[in-house]
Amino acid sequence: MRVDLIKMSAGELEKLSREYLLSLTLEEMETVREYFSRKKRQPSRLELECIAQTWSEHCKHKTMTGSVDYTENCEKKLYGNLLKETVFEAIEEMDTSHCLSIFKDNAGIISFTAGWGIAIKAETHNHPSAIEPYGGASTGAGGVIRDILGAGLGAKPVLNLDVFCFGLQDTPHCEIPPGVLHPMRVFRGVVKGVRDYSNRMGIPTSSGAIVFDRGYTYNPLVYCGTIGIIPEKFVNKKVKGGDLILVIGGKTGRDGLHGATFSSAGLDDEADSACVQIGDPITEKKFSDILLKLRDAGLYSSVTDCGAGGLSSAVGEMARETGAVVNLEKVPLKQQGMEAWEIFLSESQERMVLSVPADKLERAALLLESEDVEYACIGTFGGDSLKIFYNNAVQAELDMDFLHCGYPGIVRRGVWEDKSPDKLSVKQADPAEILSKIFADPNVASKEKVVRQYDHEVQGSAVIRPLEGIKQDQPQDGCVIRPMLENSAGIAVGLGINPFYGKQDPYRMALSVSEEAVRNAVSCGGDIRRAALMDNFCWGDTSDSRILGELVRACKGCGDASRMLKIPFISGKDSLNNFYTAAAGVKINIPGTLLVSCVAPVEDVALSCRSAFSSPANYIYLAGETFCEMGQSMLARTSFCSGSRPPLLREGLSPKILEFIRRCIRSGLLESCHDLSEGGLALAAAEMCFSGIGAEIDISPVELKERADESSKLLKLFSESNSRFLIEVKAENARRVESLMDVPLKLIGKTAAGGILNIRDGNNTLMKEKSDKFKEIYRGSLKW
Amino acid sequence: MVKKAIVLKAPGTNNDCETRFALKRAGAQPSIVHINRIASGEVKLDDFAIMAIPGGFSYGDELGGGKVFSLFLKHRFKESFEKFIKKGKLVVGICNGFQVLVKTNVFPELGSLQRLSLTSNDCGTFVCRWTELEVDTGKFWFSGLDRRIKLPIAHAEGKFSGDKDILENISGQGQIAVKYLDNPNGSCMDIAGIVNRQGNVLGLMPHPERYLFGYQYPELFREKQDAWGMKIYRNIVKNA
Repeated sequence: MRVDLIKMSAGELEKLSREYLLSLTLEEMETVREYFSRKKRQPSRLELECIAQTWSEHCKHKTMTGSVDYTENCEKKLYGNLLKETVFEAIEEMDTSHCLSIFKDNAGIISFTAGWGIAIKAETHNHPSAIEPYGGASTGAGGVIRDILGAGLGAKPVLNLDVFCFGLQDTPHCEIPPGVLHPMRVFRGVVKGVRDYSNRMGIPTSSGAIVFDRGYTYNPLVYCGTIGIIPEKFVNKKVKGGDLILVIGGKTGRDGLHGATFSSAGLDDEADSACVQIGDPITEKKFSDILLKLRDAGLYSSVTDCGAGGLSSAVGEMARETGAVVNLEKVPLKQQGMEAWEIFLSESQERMVLSVPADKLERAALLLESEDVEYACIGTFGGDSLKIFYNNAVQAELDMDFLHCGYPGIVRRGVWEDKSPDKLSVKQADPAEILSKIFADPNVASKEKVVRQYDHEVQGSAVIRPLEGIKQDQPQDGCVIRPMLENSAGIAVGLGINPFYGKQDPYRMALSVSEEAVRNAVSCGGDIRRAALMDNFCWGDTSDSRILGELVRACKGCGDASRMLKIPFISGKDSLNNFYTAAAGVKINIPGTLLVSCVAPVEDVALSCRSAFSSPANYIYLAGETFCEMGQSMLARTSFCSGSRPPLLREGLSPKILEFIRRCIRSGLLESCHDLSEGGLALAAAEMCFSGIGAEIDISPVELKERADESSKLLKLFSESNSRFLIEVKAENARRVESLMDVPLKLIGKTAAGGILNIRDGNNTLMKEKSDKFKEIYRGSLKW
Repeated sequence: MVKKAIVLKAPGTNNDCETRFALKRAGAQPSIVHINRIASGEVKLDDFAIMAIPGGFSYGDELGGGKVFSLFLKHRFKESFEKFIKKGKLVVGICNGFQVLVKTNVFPELGSLQRLSLTSNDCGTFVCRWTELEVDTGKFWFSGLDRRIKLPIAHAEGKFSGDKDILENISGQGQIAVKYLDNPNGSCMDIAGIVNRQGNVLGLMPHPERYLFGYQYPELFREKQDAWGMKIYRNIVKNA
């Protein structure tokens, strides 16, 4: 089937792009038209679909890697490549000798232990989860697991991390417009979808977060991440001309057509759930076991997963330097009568593409058959162009150069205006009452009802789980796994997410969540000197210059955080166009949301550290400095204060405090360690008491920078300044801790038997409560 | 003499590696074997002293936990499987493996009709947490352990059920090997694990292979103590 493109007018080109769901702009369509005029022929539908998929925002990330004409407070700057000139810029000036693969493969890879590396990747599956929560979320998990299986020559998945953002659980049904699912339904469907895929794959899920905000009602966010381990010798891969194209795993069907282009547009009330694929974890489990055996036997030269864009994306990417000849009739199908473009673009799940040297096919086939994994040889790499046959007829012939580099490139506009915040004003209130309110906020409340449904013990690798203690009700900062049972080295993972800060200033959000991820990894024992960061941006309609401006702000924050923390970003992904078009064409955007993940090796898991108090009569120190940084803090969000800005990161302070915590834990000096984030000192102290051990705390030694008045005690308790930790130290270790490094460190109290949290300011008692009271609120405030 | 152990794997099995590791650490010589290799005759059950059926979601648990896998043992490998048990060799099925065994004809004794089952948890969802257990230390599987131990569970179909008669029967015959002290799934009589009448087949829902080292315990690290799960595996290998 040929499309009569060459003579089309601008209007017709736009109409075609819409009708075929190509999500290409007029300028892009004109570039395509020009290419085919030069070739003196009309394109086939398959060719148009191939180009649209390769150029889609989802696959090409044309905004993040494109040019932005940016204006910040009337100052202009032109970015040639936004990502390179912000997030990565810091990489140039830091030691990255522990990084084995940075932003070039399916996943970022750092070195781990004994010749092994750690691969990390996270994806989002927002649009599919909005319209079909269970299927959308489960295939999100399935997809990112394949990303890890296709990282280098294949890594073994050892940990899943999941972060979800939903609308408020108690949103009245009458406020939900047609075509939008109630947040409670999305929440349950997403949790179950990811659960069923991850549990069936036998991958522990020990890291995660759930955020609730009105802004996600129309467009929830589902981040799925996977961490894998890979022998360092398998980090690099290269397709050779003449290698066979082998598809393994599931069959190809009509499910999930146009996923890549669909997710590159906004949502509206007509979004079609046929764009969502169906997951089958057992098929994926089968080939994941065998794939690693093929890898170890050296039976293929390269591998990648079939995700968005299906074979078109996988083969297209792999054939970048060699070209490929594909015979579509050889692809095993779920149903008959599929058109060529449907076969090539189908996003049917559970498929991987391997490049197999011809002389190794027989051995590969034997192994695949031994555990009933389906496979088909669908063509050969080589020939310089992408040439696709279907029943012996040429259906497409595209130059690789045009496909990958022919994209016209656009300059987008971004604007940011700094607004000076109102003066900080604080309501006087009972600290215990404030704390109860904060614990009842679903963003803070225990996610136990969800955590319990995920297997975090499988593979026998759990060291620090999301909830610790024999009753497992003590929240932890990060998680630690020991992925190789015969080796005592571990992997620590920390996450940072706070879209609330971003509503006020995406730059400060990026600084704060980057450090929060690192704090969470270091406080459980991660060696942050060998760590890496991963960014996952979810943003609204970036054709709006104001929204793109916010994104640029966040990118700048990531770059500055990376430089200050001396930790590189090695992997990342962005999902733009997270908006919903309501009646009358009004676009409702999500709050710009940045998830940062930190992965760090742990030299010996015996030296990892938990977050709850361990025994009475130990010293409690506050490490770090406290500022009046209350913008979008929990104190502000529970209406006890207003004004001020979200917290900053301080170059002279942050790396020093983090290094101090690392050294303390490495030397076995801490009984427990908890970072201060949402809810500040008061919340961290209360959570640490959830073990049943109480605390006597005096905040008078804490210095509050910038302010001293009646409200300063509440600010000391609830400020969310970065670079702070509460640490529990045995009396006999106190001197060593105090003399370890020159950092701001204040002895503020002692642990005590009896489970009472007693906080005073000198002689003035601020709070004396059973920690069980808070724990009950904490555990009971999330609906399932 | 080295005791050979077979860790049986079906599509969807996913606790095979840690089970193999536990058996190896306990002194056995374990290998993970896909059931296709038994079906083809390449591997013979008879060559092994210990059989472990590990956890996971065999065949996606599409017809109920462990059901499809059990059909292989019940029909396809009937002869060699029954011979294995009759000879007094040790069989341990954990989690999905216990579901497989319950749906095969081994409880309460070889050849019985299925009158016991493991069905959906009362809470209706998958549950992963540590549970307190009471084990029958008179059985070799648990000898030398504290009577009260803790191990993690992770399952959606762990509710042990059967009619009154059969429950009284297995109880009377001393076949209840492990009980929950904090019943997490609604199991009848708090049953977490049982043995066959001969005593050489153990099925249990909690996962001993996930507690081999002190650091895996969710309370204070107790690195120096041999973990309860490890002791169970040592008992298995010692008595095989």
